[in-house]
Amino acid sequence: MSTAVESVKEIAEVPSFQVTLFVRRFDPENDAEPKWQDFDVTVFGTDRVLDALHKIKWELDGSLTFRRSCAHGVCGSDAMRINGRNRLACKTLIKDLDITQPIYVEPIKGLKVEKDLVVDMNPFYQAYRDVKPFLIASDSPTKERIQSPEDRARFDDTTKCILCAACTTSCPVFWTDNQYFGPAAIVNAHRFIFDSRDEAAEVRLDILNDKEGVWRCRTTFNCTEACPRGIEVTKAIAEVKQAVLRGRA
Amino acid sequence: MARAMANEVREGRGAGPNKDYVLLDLTHLEPAVIDAKLPDITEFARTYLGVEPYTEPVPVFPTAHYAMGGIPTNIKAEVLRDNDTVVPGLYAAGECACVSVHGANRLGTNSLLDINVFGKRAGIYAVEYAKDAKFVDVPEDAIAETVKLIEHMRNATGTEKIAVIRKELQDTMDKNAQVYRTEESLNEALDKIKELRKRYEHIQVQDRGMRFNTDLLEAIELGFLLDLAEVLAFTARERRESRGGHFREDYETRDDEKFMVHSMAYKTESDIKIDWKPVTITNYPPMERKY
Repeated sequence: MSTAVESVKEIAEVPSFQVTLFVRRFDPENDAEPKWQDFDVTVFGTDRVLDALHKIKWELDGSLTFRRSCAHGVCGSDAMRINGRNRLACKTLIKDLDITQPIYVEPIKGLKVEKDLVVDMNPFYQAYRDVKPFLIASDSPTKERIQSPEDRARFDDTTKCILCAACTTSCPVFWTDNQYFGPAAIVNAHRFIFDSRDEAAEVRLDILNDKEGVWRCRTTFNCTEACPRGIEVTKAIAEVKQAVLRGRA
Repeated sequence: MARAMANEVREGRGAGPNKDYVLLDLTHLEPAVIDAKLPDITEFARTYLGVEPYTEPVPVFPTAHYAMGGIPTNIKAEVLRDNDTVVPGLYAAGECACVSVHGANRLGTNSLLDINVFGKRAGIYAVEYAKDAKFVDVPEDAIAETVKLIEHMRNATGTEKIAVIRKELQDTMDKNAQVYRTEESLNEALDKIKELRKRYEHIQVQDRGMRFNTDLLEAIELGFLLDLAEVLAFTARERRESRGGHFREDYETRDDEKFMVHSMAYKTESDIKIDWKPVTITNYPPMERKY
């Protein structure tokens, strides 16, 4: 143990520095249009964009509105557009952005803005519900359903989804008319389509063979790039497309 | 584990420039084992600290991540108003509830039991109840008290900031009611909570909006946090023994004679009243946990 302790690189005290945040604001009770507002905040090298937003809300302007809960990339509440890219505010370290420039923070695109950075997530959740994201099996088991590690590994990647909507709201097809199921719903369908214990793959594949289903995907890979969990979203969509054509492999 | 970690720091053997954490060494594990068994915690180390757990020790320290205890319920998830009287039609499940399946220390991943088992049971029994339940006459001013609370808060123009009071509450609970507790530290926490309650009356809410007002939400939640902190510190003070996650430095041993009971806290006009509820023991008598 002592050697390990000696070899640790010291996490040095990180100096604080100043950044400017331009935040897209919209107050539904008073504004006709959204507008940018800038805030100067002092942050530390370990601070995330979420910490800067908290500083604004808690010290400067209590009316700044955004969602967050766990604050460490598990609950999926704080997806937002940071410098033009969808990310979780709680997983984006400020020091990793270009801090010589202002940081632009806006709501994720393609969903109605409720207030400031908060959007109406209902269409997103509806698409998720539509793919029946739960285990469907005909029997009533008296003990647990055994699954081999290999069978479990088949859909491991898509179990990681936290429903933050970063993928769906980075998808140009979703932006056009909001009718497309979107990557997140397909990821969650994938999670059950390839689960050896589930019996409703055909039902879900049929749902996703719809004109607003998997075939609207244009394979732009925006979703894969946006996913804060590192899920290979585009690959999962491709596997669902294959399964629609050839059945679950 | 938490006590051992906190103790190292308390006795000046912590790591880092401020000696305020300890190091978790995983380097004896194969990367494949780390990936398979500890994917989340290793990702946190990489994302937030730039530490690679395959080759470097990870700075760690205990934190509060679950609230043991809560709204008392029976195994149908029906809320109890005292040791055994059901509040008809009211159900609680999840972290807010206390069915008392965890004993004095909720072990890792068992919080899923609260939601998977008792969330389902709450649903089943709520449906059963609703089948025969009659509508009751609701007084005309039933919502008056809540509306008054919300409107009072929404228009609050005091000088005290929500975030400042909340931080001071967190600090006192962290220092006085977390891993190590004593009569003195818990009294200190209770005194501080009393002071914060006074200041809370002069809270400032900046967002006057009627829609998605998270400033208002934080202000209201802070009031409930003060309530919960007081219940926690009060019941921890009255439990003069150590058991599970509750460790009293001034009463280091477990005392089954006096304290093999649940703590039941009642809010009174001015204070908290504490009572006890016997533990029902069936197949598995509780035993002291030894290592």
